[in-house]
Formats: sequence, structure tokens, C-alpha cells
Amino acid sequence: MPQTIPLDYYLLLSSALFTIGAVGVLTRRNAIIMFMCIELMLNSVNLTLVAFSSYLGDSAGQIFVFFVMTVAAAEAAVGLAIILALFRNKQTVYVDEVNLMRW
Amino acid sequence: MSLATAAFFVFAVGAIATAILMITRKSAIPAALCLITHFFCLSGLYLTLQAQLLAALQILVYAGAIMVLVVFVIMLLNLGDEAKAIKHSQLRSVLILVATGVMGLQLFAFLLAQQSGRTELPPTAMLVGSVGELGRVLYTDYLFPFEAVSLLLLAAVVGAVVISKRRLED
Repeated sequence: MPQTIPLDYYLLLSSALFTIGAVGVLTRRNAIIMFMCIELMLNSVNLTLVAFSSYLGDSAGQIFVFFVMTVAAAEAAVGLAIILALFRNKQTVYVDEVNLMRW
Repeated sequence: MSLATAAFFVFAVGAIATAILMITRKSAIPAALCLITHFFCLSGLYLTLQAQLLAALQILVYAGAIMVLVVFVIMLLNLGDEAKAIKHSQLRSVLILVATGVMGLQLFAFLLAQQSGRTELPPTAMLVGSVGELGRVLYTDYLFPFEAVSLLLLAAVVGAVVISKRRLED
């Protein structure tokens, strides 16, 4: 199948998605939405890895995406458990209302 | 314009649109739904890169497992809208400016840099993304990281149970 999409388009798209995710983390207060923005950033990096892997014909990049997905699943489990524990103790998930460790 | 190019642009625009929609939603459930749509767009992008296994895993693991967990927690907490979303509006606009500045720098570097010149997938790409080839590499060259990651998952499951469990004395 002939394909004429330059590799650079994927990189540009990935950097745009990463920036959107970073803006989300920086501007939102809801811990769950911040958490989803982190998933967005992880996925944009995955896109870069897959693009390089396919264009260079090397499977190492796709194996790395596999591991990133596993780490993201672990992060989801632990992160959501932390949010649950936070809500149980402080009745809030807004990060600016949690200042236990602020000095 | 070939079918693959059209698919790339449809999925790319869809991915960016759903990402922007996600970070601008006030309440968490619409944001989660936007993120699920975003994951489907990414899965389509993986297909345009001939990575079939990862496209399937993207839907199974992200849109399936992880987002179900997130939606479950959102419903468990029963949160309302983000009432006072803009508290430090000045700080917020500064942060957005900084992030857009970084994006502008990336764009600038992209325009200055020499293009990679890679505009076509090599004929081996179809093979590289296949289940057989990825499985072979995963269970031979990357066997140790694979086992390490399984331990990590076990530790995460135990950690999640311990953290979210009520204390015994309560």
C-alpha cells in the first residue's frame, strides 16, 4: 500500500497533543481530570514511538509502547486509589484545597 | 489523496479536537468520554502506521480497562461541576502562555530543521507491527523487562488495595 504521509507529520501531531495535555495538567484543579491529561501526554509519546518504529522498520519502539501501556495501567490503579483515599479524608478532589504538605 | 492519507488527516484532526474538548470540559464524565474518543482516534493512527497489535491493545487496554476504572471512580465520588474553575486566573493565563510558547518553539524548530525525508513506510512495516513478530521479540529479546513489568503490575495491584482500603481501626 503506497503511503505518502511524512514521518514529520506524526511528530508534529504528537507534540501538539503533548502540549494540550501539559496545558490541561497546568490549568485544571480536578485531580481526576489532571490524571486523564497525564494519560493524554503518555499517549502522545506512544504515538512518536510507534511512528519511528514503523518508519525505521524496527520493532523496539512498539515493544516500548507495550511497556508504557503496562506502566500506565499500574499508574491508573495506584493513582485512582490515591484519589479515593484523598476523597475519603478531605471530601475533595480539587488539588488546591489539599495543602497538607505545603510549608 | 490516497485512502491512507485521508485516514491520517481525519484521525489527526479528531485526536486534536477531542483532546482540546477534554481539557475544557467542566465536569469529569464528558471529559472521560472525550478521552475515550481520543483513544479510538489514536488507535486509527496506529493502523495508518501498520501497527495492528498496538491498535487493538490501545482499545482493549486504554479505552477498555483504564477508562472503565476512571469512569467508575468518577461515578463513585459523585462530583459536581468544577464550581470555581478559575481561581488564579492570572497564573492560569501565564501557564497557558508558557505552554503555547513551548509549542511555538517546537513548531519553529520543525520548520527550521531538515525534514526527515521519510515519506513512505518501508515494506517491512507491516511485518514489524504484526502480532507474530512483536510476540517473538517480546518473549526473546525483551523477556527480562517483560517479567519485570509483570512484577510491577503485581506491586501496583497490592498497592492500590492497601491505599484504598479503610484502616482497620475505623
